[in-house]
Amino acid sequence: MSALAQSAPPSHRDPAPTYRRPLWPRVQRRITPYLYLAPTVLLLVVLMLLPIAMVIGYSFQDNVITNPNPVFVGLDNYVKVVTDPVFFTAVKNTAYFTGVSVAAHMVLGLTFAMMLNSPLLKNRTKALFRVVYVLPWLFTVAIIAVLWRMLLNPNGVVNYLLHTLGLIHQNVEWLASPATALHAVTFINIWAGYPFFMVSLLAGLQGIPKDLYEAATVDGANAVQKFRNVTLPQLRPIIISMALLDVIWTTQQFALIWMTTGGGPINVTEMLSTYTYKLAFSSYKFSLASTSAVIVLLLSMVLAFLYVRHQRSRD
Amino acid sequence: MNLSARRRRQTAAQKALLLVGLTVGGLFAGLPVLWMASNSFKKNTEIFALPPKLITSGFSFDAYTSILTDPTKVRFFINSYVVALSVTALTLVVAILAAYAFSRYEFPFKNALNVLVISVQAVPPITLLIPYFGLVVALKMYNTYQGLILTYMVFTLPYAIIMMTGYFNTLPRELDEAVKVDGAGAFQALWRVLVPIAVPGIVSVGIYTFMIAWNEYLFALTLTKTEDMRTVPIGIQLLMGQHSYEWSEMMAMSILGCIPVMLLFLFFQRYFIGGMTAGAVKI
Repeated sequence: MSALAQSAPPSHRDPAPTYRRPLWPRVQRRITPYLYLAPTVLLLVVLMLLPIAMVIGYSFQDNVITNPNPVFVGLDNYVKVVTDPVFFTAVKNTAYFTGVSVAAHMVLGLTFAMMLNSPLLKNRTKALFRVVYVLPWLFTVAIIAVLWRMLLNPNGVVNYLLHTLGLIHQNVEWLASPATALHAVTFINIWAGYPFFMVSLLAGLQGIPKDLYEAATVDGANAVQKFRNVTLPQLRPIIISMALLDVIWTTQQFALIWMTTGGGPINVTEMLSTYTYKLAFSSYKFSLASTSAVIVLLLSMVLAFLYVRHQRSRD
Repeated sequence: MNLSARRRRQTAAQKALLLVGLTVGGLFAGLPVLWMASNSFKKNTEIFALPPKLITSGFSFDAYTSILTDPTKVRFFINSYVVALSVTALTLVVAILAAYAFSRYEFPFKNALNVLVISVQAVPPITLLIPYFGLVVALKMYNTYQGLILTYMVFTLPYAIIMMTGYFNTLPRELDEAVKVDGAGAFQALWRVLVPIAVPGIVSVGIYTFMIAWNEYLFALTLTKTEDMRTVPIGIQLLMGQHSYEWSEMMAMSILGCIPVMLLFLFFQRYFIGGMTAGAVKI
């Protein structure tokens, strides 16, 4: 298949030459770990570090890819991107989309997890509900996008239900109207993403020692006090990790936006990801797209740094 | 007596409230999926008929048969399976080898390599997209399985290595040392002793990897061109782009497209959840 796939087997087949020099076993012992790591390192260097270097290089040049002899232009591209009003809109939308999604994932995830963890219900009932609650997790984003385009269609079932309940008086074009599109895609993302929180928090809840609750009961704490003084502090590290991971993922969300609104109407759902993609593959401004991609990378690195620091502090 | 009766009534009320809450949440989660399934059995003209019905007079499997008998559409599924299964197999092999080195050897640059593996996880796909396009063309892998497989491995490997290293670290070193004393090499120790014990970890990582590859959209969209190389997520979008929206076919394709993930979840629920959430919950 590829050079990489082929390079895997030789690393474990003993390549030892047949001379019996005493030096050899020691050398072999030294290089063995590198042989085991060779496929990984090759892949990550060629398909991760090299592309990152390339994209950073592109961002300092004029008209790469379309122009055979691009020239170095310093920070010009950065100035152009940062002062582009659409970029500003994309930053604002990404912040709203991410902030609201993550907060709602957290609230829904915790609520559902606590309901599913209740000792009042039989295990079988809980197992049944757990499968239902996990459903959105099992669909790929492309499917979720198509499904919600159907549900939110002006003639679709969501409008019908809201109409029947008397909440709206005429059909709303949820994904096509500038007033509602951003809220609609955010809502879809909330639906798609809460199960990850729910499942992780459920595992977290089950890991809280029972005697903490017993001690709280002895001290006369009511349900709300137990939640605030036992449950939340115990779940805090998991909640922070998940919130950070979710922020990283949500700011990178592309497929959902691309397949529901494409960033429109008139940029009201433009995100950093769709903005970058369009610069590259709709308007062929590869240098500007690379610049935007580097900005997204820097943002992710800051978030990742916070995540790693948080994980370290848990150890 | 009086007190315990009141407590019992209180508990019953709490339970009722809880069931109402669970049902409301269940409708929020489940209704869209139920509607998807229902629409996959309808005629396309019935999708937006009012009032909406779960089962209509036009109930049929037509949407499924028309997908499963159309070679172009079957090809989407074949492509997705080929890519996702190859990515899973290759990621596991490469990750197990790397994890063995990280877990059992001390060597110069170990920490640097470890930091590299951890930090590349946060690189956003969109950042790599532009250089990839050129790189994949230069490597003559544009519009091929290899291009997609290697691309996806870049995103699945770091997590797989971290997970497998963690798993190997929990296994006592005496296990593989004992085999080595018997004259077997390091590779034998890995393959004959560690890998069989690590099967639960391998299953979790495998499921995670499969999910990533099965669901990927951005690179599948950009690094393939011809219809016969498209995967399921792109195939669903192609159904949407044609002259009219074939909603019932799209729903049928969505149902078919989630079957492997659904099966993985139902049969390996514990490994599935373990593999997908280990980053956030320390196990």
